[in-house]
Amino acid sequence: MRASAPAPAVRPARNWAGMAVLAGVLAAVVASFAWLALDLRALFTAEALASMAHFVAEFFPPDLSPAFLAKVGWGTVQTLVVSALGTLMAFAAGALMALPAAGRWGLPARAAARFILNLLRSVPELVWGVLMVLLAGLGPFAGVLALALHTSGVLGRLFAEALENAPPAPEQALRLGGSGAAAALAYGSLPLVWPQWLAYGLYRWEMNIRMAAALGFVGAGGLGQMLYFHLSLFQQAQAATVIGAMFVLVVLVDGGSARLRRTLVAAQA
Amino acid sequence: MTARTMAQPRDPLARGRLTALVLALALLWPALHIAQFNPAALFDATSLGVMGGFLAGFFPPATDAGFLSLLARATLETLAMATAGMALAFVLAVPLALVVTRSLSISRIGPGAGRGPAAALRAGARLVLTVFRACPEVVWALLFVRAFGLGPAAGVLALAITYGGMLGKVYAEILESGDTRPARALLEAGSGRIAALGYGLLPGAAQELASYTVYRWECAVRASVVMGFVGAGGLGQLMDQSMKMLNGGETSAILVVFLLLVLLADGISAVLRKVLA
Repeated sequence: MRASAPAPAVRPARNWAGMAVLAGVLAAVVASFAWLALDLRALFTAEALASMAHFVAEFFPPDLSPAFLAKVGWGTVQTLVVSALGTLMAFAAGALMALPAAGRWGLPARAAARFILNLLRSVPELVWGVLMVLLAGLGPFAGVLALALHTSGVLGRLFAEALENAPPAPEQALRLGGSGAAAALAYGSLPLVWPQWLAYGLYRWEMNIRMAAALGFVGAGGLGQMLYFHLSLFQQAQAATVIGAMFVLVVLVDGGSARLRRTLVAAQA
Repeated sequence: MTARTMAQPRDPLARGRLTALVLALALLWPALHIAQFNPAALFDATSLGVMGGFLAGFFPPATDAGFLSLLARATLETLAMATAGMALAFVLAVPLALVVTRSLSISRIGPGAGRGPAAALRAGARLVLTVFRACPEVVWALLFVRAFGLGPAAGVLALAITYGGMLGKVYAEILESGDTRPARALLEAGSGRIAALGYGLLPGAAQELASYTVYRWECAVRASVVMGFVGAGGLGQLMDQSMKMLNGGETSAILVVFLLLVLLADGISAVLRKVLA
């Protein structure tokens, strides 16, 4: 058989939209650096590097005295508890708000509930934290409230979506069989959405542990408050221990949640 | 089977549920104690008065020209922080992701001299990514503010590090989760890593990579507002100052701008993702 002549190389059509986006992004990046007057080269001069090295060196060695370690341990427990309680409250509030937000009590209630959820969700935790410190005073309780407010907005919306997407037949069957609204929800729809709700709740808890560590910066207790305190007093050795504790906490939570998710997925498969 | 169990079947899960409930309550009690849970504090007359006065000041929002120009500058600064931070994060993440991605590893194809060192290098890069994203960006921002002083530079660097860690990890995951056979075939035929990436992996993964990057930019806008609270410039710093002075009008104006900014970022990211699709 005769070998056919090689096909002429065909250039793919130029993707003008993609190139325009790329150019726009590049322009935005350049404009950003210009607007902020950031000179990254200044960061890498010998002088800047030396002062940076000095700053980092002050954190070593971390304060590992038993008394301070006990304090850091207590701060870690407080951070964990704040995140757990905040998520738990948000779970309950989100579940309650999900009923109107899923359109079970009519369209006006749905719109109102969605508006409230959006409002709760779009204010960042740290802003809620400042407000709650004003209201409830310094301390972990303010952190619990701040996390609960923001997270209930997030969970409420996710729960409502899960509820709307669940097949309606089981609940309708119960209703037609004469059961009450609450019982039909509890035995008809809840078993369908519960694993999903639980997964969302655990996922948010994981994020909230990280957030609770930072919420302390505005005075809401836990590891964050300790870090802020010791950095303000230029006690770098103590600050280094607190940062180490945050790091260990986050890595443990990361590993733990990955394992938990695997078991949850396996249990459902 | 006896008549009793026929008439009244017991819930087989009852005992487990009861145990779980008792355990949860036993844990909840000390937890409430540790968190200094005290709903009565919410109804304390003085703090309610302070809060009420503050919230009453929310309306009308501040609209004097001096404040508005300050607000506009802070908004642009926040956007610029997010964009510059993402650019640096991208520059940090791409090489690390290329090192970490297993589907681009030549040494994994077969036994060879480089296998041990290459695995060690991959583990090292993975560790760097973990360290980068372990602390929330606010913690990095607080540290950088101490090191470089108040201002957006601290926020940009904090974003670059945290988001660099996240982007690197997710890029590697995306590159490993798609169809890796084209890249493998290219590598086995002797092509280089970059060529294998460009012709073997990117055609399948480019869209997901781009859309994740755009989504992260959206998060970066929100994060750069939050980082302002520890002194890293932008809207957050302005909001922190207004809240500390209990200036309700300014706070509400900043909150409104923040919400609009988040909506705008949402819109831009939706449009970008549609164009890239």
